[in-house]
Amino acid sequence: MTILQIAVLGAVALAGTAVALAREPLRQAMTLGVYGLALTILFFVFQAPDVALSQVVVSTVGLPVMILLALRKIRQQEHERGGRGSREE
Amino acid sequence: MSRRGRLGLFAVAGVGAAAVLVVGLAGLPAFGDYHAAYGLIVNGVGLSERHATDLVTAVNFDYRAFDTLGEEFLLFGSAVGVAVLLRPTRGERQPPRAAAADERRFAGASPALRALSIGLISPLIVLGAYIVTHGQLTPGGGFQGGVILATAPLMAFLAGRVLAFKMIATEHLVEAGEAFGAAGYALIGLGGLVFSGVFFHNFLPMGLAGHLLSGGTMPLSSIAVGLEVAGAFLLVWTELLDQAMLHGPGRSSGGGS
Repeated sequence: MTILQIAVLGAVALAGTAVALAREPLRQAMTLGVYGLALTILFFVFQAPDVALSQVVVSTVGLPVMILLALRKIRQQEHERGGRGSREE
Repeated sequence: MSRRGRLGLFAVAGVGAAAVLVVGLAGLPAFGDYHAAYGLIVNGVGLSERHATDLVTAVNFDYRAFDTLGEEFLLFGSAVGVAVLLRPTRGERQPPRAAAADERRFAGASPALRALSIGLISPLIVLGAYIVTHGQLTPGGGFQGGVILATAPLMAFLAGRVLAFKMIATEHLVEAGEAFGAAGYALIGLGGLVFSGVFFHNFLPMGLAGHLLSGGTMPLSSIAVGLEVAGAFLLVWTELLDQAMLHGPGRSSGGGS
């Protein structure tokens, strides 16, 4: 195992822990992107460029966009529910 | 159960799991040790049999093309499922004036982000098309290229142009891309059945290895999958975007009062 591979494995472990430790969904979505990028470099360093390409498109674009849009929708619903409740009172 | 009891249970379970993990890790083969026969065989015969230089694509679109059919319809089904789940809550069509107001409301993108996003659109289209069409030659293929192609219109959204995004990636276009891609891939499989009697048999001439039109049906499969994937991702994004942006609380409460 080369030093580069060990370093990338360490980066993946760090980024994964960061995702688990981030409690706020918005922060989680951001750290998830960084984690995905670390995984991409991992796959590339371990000579799997096809998987690295799939990983980079899904984890840095596909997933965060979906999470962010879903979060916005959930917050809107919460906001609406709160607004409606206060109007009824 | 008390906190103490839970901790005790966790300690016992944790020690057990750690012991199993240590035994399992000790039995792993050495780093970089590879014994799987399948990979070695494909590496050996892929170039001479299929004239493809990227053997991952050869496996995906030829040797295991049937697996890819399942994966493709998995994505197709999920995207359709998201669309079905999100559409009933949409209600009547968006009046254009309210949509324009929403666009102004969302114009929060900084000039730097705007310039970068607009500038990235054409390179992303070129890169996506390259990755899709060179699947059998270099790493990449329909799936990866398809997602990259889907990100090109998304750049318009990042630039704060929600309506422009909706105009480029109209529902009909996105749905047609997804449907034709999925159907096209299944038809390539049927073509194998018709022309050589085996579902997904590579029935086209293999061409010269290293050329754009090599690998028989692989480039066609790659393009079909690329269309399907780009359509599926855009379908999910546009549906979510409709929900999140154009049907905000500001407009619906304003209309109600």
